[in-house]
Amino acid sequence: MAATKTRISSFSRNISAVSAPQLPGIKCGPNGTFFVSSGIPDLDKILGGGFTLGSLVMIMEDAEAPHHMLLLRNFMSQGLVQNQLLLYASPAKDPRGFLGTLPCPSSSKDDKSRNHDTEQEKGLRIAWQYKKYFSENQQNIDGHRDSKQEFCNDFDLRKPLERHFYSGQRVDCVSIKDSPNLTALHDRCATFLAQFPRNDGSFSCMGRIAIQALCAPQCEYSDTDWDMLSFIRSLKSMLRSANAVAVITFPPSLLSPSFCKRWQHMADVLLSVKAIPDEDRELGKLLTGYQDMVGFLNVHKIARINTQVPMILEATTFSIKLQKRRFLVLECLNQAPIDGSSGTSYGTSGGCSGSSKSGALDF
Amino acid sequence: MENRALNLLDEALGLDHQTDPWPLCGKVVLVEDCVETSGCFVLHQLLKRTLSPQSPNNTIIFLAFSHSFSHYDRIVRKLGCNLVAQRENGRFFFFDMLKQLCPDEKEGKTGKGGFPALYRKMQKTIGALPENNQNHATIMIDDMSLMEVAAHGSLEHVLDFMHYCHTLTSEFGCSLITLNHEDIYSSMERPTFMLQMEYLTDVLIKVEPLATGLAADVHGQLTVLNRGICKVKGSSKNKISNFHFKVKENGVDYFYPGTRT
Repeated sequence: MAATKTRISSFSRNISAVSAPQLPGIKCGPNGTFFVSSGIPDLDKILGGGFTLGSLVMIMEDAEAPHHMLLLRNFMSQGLVQNQLLLYASPAKDPRGFLGTLPCPSSSKDDKSRNHDTEQEKGLRIAWQYKKYFSENQQNIDGHRDSKQEFCNDFDLRKPLERHFYSGQRVDCVSIKDSPNLTALHDRCATFLAQFPRNDGSFSCMGRIAIQALCAPQCEYSDTDWDMLSFIRSLKSMLRSANAVAVITFPPSLLSPSFCKRWQHMADVLLSVKAIPDEDRELGKLLTGYQDMVGFLNVHKIARINTQVPMILEATTFSIKLQKRRFLVLECLNQAPIDGSSGTSYGTSGGCSGSSKSGALDF
Repeated sequence: MENRALNLLDEALGLDHQTDPWPLCGKVVLVEDCVETSGCFVLHQLLKRTLSPQSPNNTIIFLAFSHSFSHYDRIVRKLGCNLVAQRENGRFFFFDMLKQLCPDEKEGKTGKGGFPALYRKMQKTIGALPENNQNHATIMIDDMSLMEVAAHGSLEHVLDFMHYCHTLTSEFGCSLITLNHEDIYSSMERPTFMLQMEYLTDVLIKVEPLATGLAADVHGQLTVLNRGICKVKGSSKNKISNFHFKVKENGVDYFYPGTRT
C-alpha cells in the first residue's frame, strides 16, 4: 500500500521510464532513489519498497528479547543470496560463527504453499468490516510477486543458509569486542565501501554492512559517546556516496537519553523492536492472533532522501509473527471486535495500542 | 510582490511587508524539530523564498552537515528554484561539511581546518560580494547538532563559532538561519547550547508532531515566535503564531487548526 502512495505526487519519477537496473536485488524508487530488500517482504512493503540505497538503518534493541537479530539475520541473508558483499561487525568473540545461524531462502514450493495458507487463513479470520482492506492487500501482494521475483526472498528460519553463500571473500567479519576505539572499524568500513562507488545508473556491485550492538558495554570505547557519534556520522556520509546499505542495532538503554536522541536523529530509517510479555492476558484479549506473536516492531522514521515529504503510515506498530515457526511475518495489529464494553472504535490498528506499550519511544 | 502567493509562514516571519530591505536582515532564525517530525522543509521554504527573483540581492551561504547538494538540489528544484543555476550566478554558496571534522584548537590555531578556517572562508565569501549584496547575505546551517558532533562535543567551539556568525549579522547585516533538534536537549538539566542559541534568536520556529498522533492530512504543527516583527508598526510585542502544516513535493500547505476540510 505504501509503495503506491508515494507515487501519487505529480512530481515522482515515472518508474517505467527509467531503465531497470541490471542487478536482481535492486529496484527503482521515487525521486531517483533505489531500493534493496530488507529480507522481510512485509518490511519492504511497509517502508514503501525496501531500504534506500545509501541509507543508514538503525534498530533499537529490546533488552529482554533478541528480536533485532531476526531483522539483522534476514538482512544479511538477503544480501548474500543476491551475491552482494557483506561486512559484519559484532561484539562477539567469533563473529563468523554467527553466519551459521543465517536463514535460508525457502524453495519456491514452500513459498507457494505458504502464500496459499496465508490467504486462506486471512479469508477465514477477517471480519466483514475489514474486507475492503483485504482485497486491496491481496492485489498488492500479487503485484509484488510479479514485479520483483528476485528482489526479496522468503526466508525459512529453520533452515541454515548453505555454506557456499558465505564462504570465501564475500563476507568480512569484524569483532569489535576488544578494540580500544572505533578507528579500526571505521577503516574497515571505509575500505569496504570504497568498493562500491556510486556512478549514476551503473550497479556493478553492492554491499551491506551489518553492525550489531554498536554501543555494547563489552567494547572498550562504549563510554566515548562522541567517538561513537563521529563514527556514525562518518559512516553515514560514506554511505551516501556508495551503493550500500548499513544496518546498526543498538541497545538504547545503554545511552543517556540525550545521546539516544542524537543517535535517532542520525538514522535514515529508525525501527525498534519490543518483546511481548508472557501471558499478558489483557493484551491477549485485545489483539487477535496474540498467541502467534513474538514481538512488536515500531517504525519511527522512514528514509527521506531527495524529498521533503514525510511518509505517513497507517500504523506504526506491527506484530512480528513466525508463521509455521519458519517465516517472519509482520502484521498490523488488529483489535479483536469482541467485548462491547471496551468500547474501542473499529479499525484502531497499531498506533494507539502500540504507543501505550512502548512508553518512552513514542511521542 | 503581488504575484507571490504568501502563506502563513511568510506572514508570521514578516515577509509580507516588503522585499527591500529584506525583512530578515540582521535576524537570527532558529528552527527546532524532533525525531518524529523533521523541520527540514522550513529550510527549503526559506531557501526558495530568499533566492526568489523578487529579491535579486539576496545570497545564501549554506553549511550542509546532514545532506548532500544533490539532495537539496532535487528538493528545491521541485519547489521551483534551481540551485545549480543560483550557484553559478554567485548567489548560492554550498559548503559541503558532511565529512569535515572540526577538531579542537591545536589545529585551529595553526589556521588549518576547524571552525576558525570555516569562519574565515565565510567572511571572505561575504566580503567578496558586491557592495549592495553584502547586507543581504544569509547563512544557513542545516543541522547544528551535527556541528557539535563534528567538533567532537566541544561545546565551546561550537558556541564560539555561532557567536562569530552572530557578529556577522551586526557587522554586515547578514541573517542567520539554523536548524536544531530540540528533543536532544529536552532531557538535559541545563542545556547551555540550546539556551544560548534561543537567547540569540529573533525568530524561533518550532516544528512538532500533532499531539493526537500521525495523520495523513496534517503532518504537524508550527509555532513561530517572532520577537521583532512589530517594530515596523512601532510596538515591540512578541508575536506568536500557531498553525498546522502539510508538506508536499511542490510546497507546503499551512492552515489554522480545524480550518481544513
